[in-house]
Amino acid sequence: MSIDNDTHTDTDDVVSQVEHDDLHSHEISDKNYVIIALLLAVLTAMEVAATEISSFPSSLLVPALLLMMAVKFFVVVSYFMHLKHDAALFKFGFYIGLAGAVVLYSVVLTTFHFFVN
Amino acid sequence: MSDTTIEQPATPEPEMEIPAGYDDGQDHIGLPHHTTTGLSNTKLAMWLFLGSECLLFGGLISTYMLYRNRQGDAIGPDQLWDIPFTSATSFILLMSSLTMVLAVSAAKRKDERGTRLWLTVTALLGGLFLAGQVYEFTVFYREGLGYTTSLFSSSFYTLTGFHGVHVAVGIIMLLSLVGMLAKGRVLGDKAETVEMIGLYWHFVDVVWIVIFTLVYLIPA
Repeated sequence: MSIDNDTHTDTDDVVSQVEHDDLHSHEISDKNYVIIALLLAVLTAMEVAATEISSFPSSLLVPALLLMMAVKFFVVVSYFMHLKHDAALFKFGFYIGLAGAVVLYSVVLTTFHFFVN
Repeated sequence: MSDTTIEQPATPEPEMEIPAGYDDGQDHIGLPHHTTTGLSNTKLAMWLFLGSECLLFGGLISTYMLYRNRQGDAIGPDQLWDIPFTSATSFILLMSSLTMVLAVSAAKRKDERGTRLWLTVTALLGGLFLAGQVYEFTVFYREGLGYTTSLFSSSFYTLTGFHGVHVAVGIIMLLSLVGMLAKGRVLGDKAETVEMIGLYWHFVDVVWIVIFTLVYLIPA
C-alpha cells in the first residue's frame, strides 16, 4: 500500500511540474509585451491614417477599420489578458458573453433596419 | 446560592478547514488550485464578469449606432470630433495596457517595487486619459452639445460616460492596490490580485478600442 501511495504522490508531482512548466513556457517576456504594444500603436496609427487620407477607397474604409479593430481587440485579449494560453473554462466564460452580445445586438440592429440604412 | 464555576475541560481549538478556492498566500502560479475545477474561482468570476460586461457595452454601443444620425438641427458628430486629440488619448490608454501587463509580470517575478511602480504609472496614464475625456466633454458642451440636446448627444454621453466611470473605478482599484501593497495588506496570492485588476484594466482598454473605431473613426 505504501508503495502505491508513494507512486501516486510521485506521479502527482510530475504532472504538477509538467503543467507548471507548460504554463511557464507560454509566458511572454517584457520585451515581447513592448513589441505587441508597438504593433497596437501602429495599427491605431493605420486606422487614423485610413480615415484622414482622402484617396483611401471609401468602399473599403469601413471593412478595413472593422478588421483593424478586431485584430487589436483579439491581440489585447489573447496576449495582454493571456486568454490564448489560459484554461478553456475562462475562454468559455468570456467568449460566451462576447458572442452573446454580438448575436443579440446584431438582431436588435437588424430589427431597427440599421444595416438597410 | 453559592457561586460555583464549573471548570470546562480544555478543548483544543478546532482546525480551520480551508474552503475550496481559498488562497493560503503561497505562490500557486501555474499550479492547480484547490477547487472543484482545479482553477482559481476568483479568476473564473472575473472572466464571467467581463463576459457580462460585453453585454452591457454592447447595448450602449448599439444604442449609439442607432441614434448617431438623430441630431435633428443640432450639432452632429462630424462637426465635433477632434480625431488627432482623441487618437492621442487612445494611444495613452493603449500604453496603460502595456504598463499594466508589466506590473503583472513584475508581480509574478515577486518584484514588489516594480509592481508598485508600473501600477502607479498605469493609474497616471488612466488619469491622463480621463482628463482628456473631461476636456473633450467640456469642449462639446461649449459647442452646444448638452446631454439632452438630441438622441445622438444622449447616447454618446451615456456610452463614453459609462466607459469613463469604468476607467475611474479602475484607477481607484490601482491606487488602492498600490497602497495595500506598500502596507503589506494584500492577503493571499499577490500576483493573482494584480492579475485580476489587470484583467479589468485591459477590458476597459478593449472596450475603448471598439468605441474609438465605431464612434470616432467610422463616418456617421
